[in-house]
Amino acid sequence: MSLSSPTTRQLNNDEKLPAAKLAGVQYAIVLLLAVLVAGLWRLQVLGADNWKVLAEANRVRKVPVLAPRGKIFDREGRILVDNYPSVSCYLLVEQIKDPSVDLPLIASGLHLPIEQIQATLKRFQGAAKYQPIPLKQDISQDEQAFVEAHRNELPELETHDEQRRLYPKDGFAAHMIGYVGEVSEQMLQNDERYAFYSPGDVVGRSGVEQTYDALLRGKDGSRDIIVNSHGKEVGHLGQELAVPGQDLKLTIDLDVQRAAEKAMDGKNGAMVAMDPHTGEILAMVSRPSFDPNQFSVRLTKSYWNEILTNPDHPLMNKTIQAQLAPGSTFKIIMSVAGLQEQMAQDLNVGCSGGATFYGHFFACDLHHGHVDIHNAIPYSCDTFYYTLANRLGIDKIAQYASAFGLGQHTGVDLPDEASGTVPSTQWALKNYHRKWYAGETISVGIGQGAVTVTPLQMARALGGIASGGVMHRPHLVFPEEMPKDFASALEASFPGSGEKTVPIDPANWQTVTDGMAEVTSPGAFHTAAASHLDGIDFAGKTGTAQVIGHDALAKTNKGHDTVPNAWFVGMAPRRNPDIVVAVLWEHGNGGFNSAKLASQVVNAFVTKQRRLANNLRIAEVPKEAPKQSPENPADPSKAVAVTETKADAAAGPGAE
Amino acid sequence: MTRFSSFRDFDWILLGFVSLLSLVSVLEIRSATAQTKFHGFDHKQIGFLLIGVVLMFFMSLIDYHRLIDIARSAYMISVAALVAVLVIGTKHLGARRWIKFPGGVHFQPSEWVKLVLIVMLARYFWGMAGRELSWRDVWKAFALVCVPMLLVLKQPDLGTALTYLPVLIMGLFLGGIRFKQAGILIVGLLLVVGVAWNTGKLLKPYQKARLTSFMNPDDDPKGSGYQIRQSLIAVGSGGVWGKGANHGTQTQGDFLPIPYTDFIFAALCEEHGFIGALGVLLLYFLILMRLIQNAQTASDLPGTLIIMGIVAVIVFQIAVNIGMVLGLMPVTGIPLPLLSYGGSSILFTFLSLGIVMNIRMRRFVN
Repeated sequence: MSLSSPTTRQLNNDEKLPAAKLAGVQYAIVLLLAVLVAGLWRLQVLGADNWKVLAEANRVRKVPVLAPRGKIFDREGRILVDNYPSVSCYLLVEQIKDPSVDLPLIASGLHLPIEQIQATLKRFQGAAKYQPIPLKQDISQDEQAFVEAHRNELPELETHDEQRRLYPKDGFAAHMIGYVGEVSEQMLQNDERYAFYSPGDVVGRSGVEQTYDALLRGKDGSRDIIVNSHGKEVGHLGQELAVPGQDLKLTIDLDVQRAAEKAMDGKNGAMVAMDPHTGEILAMVSRPSFDPNQFSVRLTKSYWNEILTNPDHPLMNKTIQAQLAPGSTFKIIMSVAGLQEQMAQDLNVGCSGGATFYGHFFACDLHHGHVDIHNAIPYSCDTFYYTLANRLGIDKIAQYASAFGLGQHTGVDLPDEASGTVPSTQWALKNYHRKWYAGETISVGIGQGAVTVTPLQMARALGGIASGGVMHRPHLVFPEEMPKDFASALEASFPGSGEKTVPIDPANWQTVTDGMAEVTSPGAFHTAAASHLDGIDFAGKTGTAQVIGHDALAKTNKGHDTVPNAWFVGMAPRRNPDIVVAVLWEHGNGGFNSAKLASQVVNAFVTKQRRLANNLRIAEVPKEAPKQSPENPADPSKAVAVTETKADAAAGPGAE
Repeated sequence: MTRFSSFRDFDWILLGFVSLLSLVSVLEIRSATAQTKFHGFDHKQIGFLLIGVVLMFFMSLIDYHRLIDIARSAYMISVAALVAVLVIGTKHLGARRWIKFPGGVHFQPSEWVKLVLIVMLARYFWGMAGRELSWRDVWKAFALVCVPMLLVLKQPDLGTALTYLPVLIMGLFLGGIRFKQAGILIVGLLLVVGVAWNTGKLLKPYQKARLTSFMNPDDDPKGSGYQIRQSLIAVGSGGVWGKGANHGTQTQGDFLPIPYTDFIFAALCEEHGFIGALGVLLLYFLILMRLIQNAQTASDLPGTLIIMGIVAVIVFQIAVNIGMVLGLMPVTGIPLPLLSYGGSSILFTFLSLGIVMNIRMRRFVN
C-alpha cells in the first residue's frame, strides 16, 4: 500500500482519474489521523494527571460523618442537653436533572416551601457540586419513605443518620445554654473564629453552645464512597472517624435552676444566682424564654416571627443584656461609698417625704423621720441617699460603682454581654459634650437617672461587698473542664473586670450587710419583710425603678408598661455569702415582689446545702466580721449559716 | 464489463483488519456494559456482525454495474421513502425517523440513502468523466445530495444528514471541480450556514447548543456540555496504559454517556489508554489505505468513485466521532464505524465492504 500511486488508471478510453487526487485523499487521511493522535496525546499523556483527579472527584464522594456534639451537664452531672439519633436529608446539586420538575416534587415530598429549597441552593452556590448540601434535618418517617421511594426519579436526594440536639422542654435555661443552628454567612465572613467552617456547618448560636462551640462540636469525620453517575453508592474507599465533642459540666445547680425557673414562671425579667466565692453561676433565668429545640431542628417561619415580634424580647438574655436603672439596689453601692468616704457614718437625715436640692423637690415614698446609715438601707429612704449623693458628688459615686464592676462587662463566658452605664462628669462630657449638672447626681443616688446595670453586675457587686471586696469573674463552666489554651483564649475574648479586690473597711461592709439583713427581717418600713426566711440568714436590698418619669406618668393611662421594674439583690448568709441572687421583674411593681422570688431560690439552695451537709450547723448570725481574710473568703465550713430567728409576721411592703 | 473472479480475489487482508476491529468492538461493548443495564449488547453486536458478513458476501456477488444501473430508481425510491417517513413515520424521542412494518420491523431509510447516494453520485460523476465540471454539473450534484439531506434534517437527524456531505465533497473533488469553483462554493456555503445559524431556520436551539458546547463544556456542565466533559474525563484519565478492561471508572460508573455507541472510543481510551487508542487508529489507517488501494485498482471509474465515496463516509464518521470524543468536534450522534454498537451502522459498513469486495473481485479488465 503506497500513499501515492505512480500510475494513472486507464479506465475506459476517455475515463482517467489523476493518481494525485487519490494520493491527496491519502495525505488528508494521514493528516486527520495525526490530528486525532495529537488530541489523544494532549489528553492522555500531557493532561492525564489532571483528568485523573477529575475522574476521582466524579466518582468518589466525601460523605460527612458529623461528630456527636458534647452533652451538657449540671454541676452534679445531671444532664441538661442531650443528643438523639435523627435522619437528615441532603441534596446533591450535580445530580439535579431538571430543577423545574425535581424541586416541586422534593418540596411536596419533604414538606418544604420551594422558595426555601431555592434559597438553600443559592446559599450553597459556591460549594463543590459533588458535595451534598443539607436540605432538611430530622425528617419524619414518611419523608424518609418518600426519599427511598423516589430513588430513581430523584437521585439527588440522600439521607444521613445524624445526632441532633435535645434541649430541656419549655425553654428551661434556654438563654444560658443557647442553641445550635447553621453557621450564618455573616459569621463566616466576619468572625475569624469561624474561618475554617463551611456553609451548612452546625454551630452554637448563643449561650454556652456558642462560647464553648469549639469544645462541644468535636471534629467531623467523613466516608469516601464510590458512586455511579446516578449517585448510587457502589462501594467505599475509606473513612475518617468523627471525634465526638467534649462533654461540658456547667456550674449550674439543677435544683437551684429549677427553683429559679419556677419563681420566674409567668413573669418577664431575669434572675441570676451565683456563688460569690468563685463566680460560679448557680442559676440563670431570663423570661420570656424560647424553645431551643425549634432552632436546632426545624425553625418555622411562624415561630421565628413570633419571637421577633414579641415586645418582651424572648431571645434576649436579660441577666446580662438588660441594661436598666437599678433603683434602690444601687443604694448598697452608695452606702459603701458613703461609709468608705467617712460621709455616711454621722449622716442623720430627717425625712419628711423628700427634700429640695438645687431648687427642685426630690420626693421620698414615705415620711421616715430621722434616718441614719443603719436604717437607711432597710427603710430604703430616698431622702437619706439624695443627701448622701449630694455630698459624695457624681465622680465619687462613679468611682465606687465602677470599682464594683458596674458599667463594665463582668467577663461572664456568654456572648453579647452588655456593659451598662455609670455616669460621671467625664461620661457626660464624652457622650453628650456637656457638663454634668449637680442636680442629676441626686437621682443617681437612688439608682435612677443615667445609671444602668445588668442583673449579673448587681449580683456580682453584692457578692463582692458581702465578701469584703473580693469579686470573681462570673462563669458557667468550671475552668478545669477546658484545656488551658482554650481557657486563656476564652478569658481574652470576654473582656471584663475579671478577678478583683476592692478594699473596704470590714466595719463598713459589716454595717451595710447588717442593714441588708434588716431589709428581709420583720419590722416597720423594712422593704422586704415579707420575704423573711425562717432560719436562714437571708439579706438583701429591694429596688423599685421607675420606667417613666413622675410627670409623664401623671399624664398616661398608667398601663402595664408604666409599672415600675422590681429589683432585688439578696444573699445568704449576709456576710461572706454562699449564694447571691439578683432578680429583675420587669414591671413587677416593687422590689418586695422580686424579694419573694429571690427568697424561693435562696430557700431551695440552703435547704439543699443542709441536706447535703447532713450535720446542720445552727449558728447565730455572726456579730463580728469573719476571721478569714477578704482575699480568701471561701471557707467551706461556712457554707451555710442559719439563724435561729423565728419568722415574724410578714411586714407589708415598705417604702423604698 | 468486468469479469467475476472468485473469492480468492476477495480482499482477505482488508477483511482481517475489519475482523480485528470488530473483535475490539465486541470486547469493548462487553466491557463498557458489564455493570450497566445494557449488559448483553455484545451478543447482539456479534449477531449484527454475522448478519453483516453474510450481507457482505451477498453484496459481493452482485456486479456493481447492476447497482449503477438501478441507482436512479433506487434514488427516487429513497427520496419517496424519506418523504413517507415524514408523513407516516414512527415518532420516537421527538424525531420521526422510522417506518414501521408489520411484525414490529422498523426501517430507517436515511441510513440506506447513504449507500444509494454513493452509487448515484458515482454514476453521475462517471458521466462527467474526462471534462471539467461546469457550474451546472456542480449544482446538479448539489441538488442530488441536498434533496435527501433536507428531508433527513426535517426528521430531524442532523448526524445522518451530515454524512451525505462527504460523499458529495469526495465526488466533486474526484469528479473534477475547479479550484475557483471550490473556493466560491466554500465561501457560499459558509455564508449560507452563517445566515441559517443566525436566523435559526436550519437548526433547533438544542442542536445549536450541542454544536457549540464542545468549545466550552464547562459552561453548561449538566446540560449540553455534560457529555463532552464526561468524555474528556474518561479519555484523559485513561492515561498511557489505561485502567484495564472492566475497570474504567467513568465507563463502569455510568458517567460516560452511552459508552457502547457514540462514546465507545472514550470507553476504549479510558480502559486501554493511549496505547489502545493508537492501536485502533492504526487499524482504521490500514483499513482506509486498503480501501484506497482497492479504489486505485478498480477496473473502471465508477468502481473507484464508489469506493472513494465509501472512504469519504467512513473517514467522516471517524473524524466526527473521535473528534467529538476528544472535544475537538461538536456532539452529533454519529457512530464510529465498526466499533460502535448498532445494527444500522454495522450493516451499512459491511454492505459497503461487500461493494468494495465486489469491485475488487471485478478489477481485472476483460
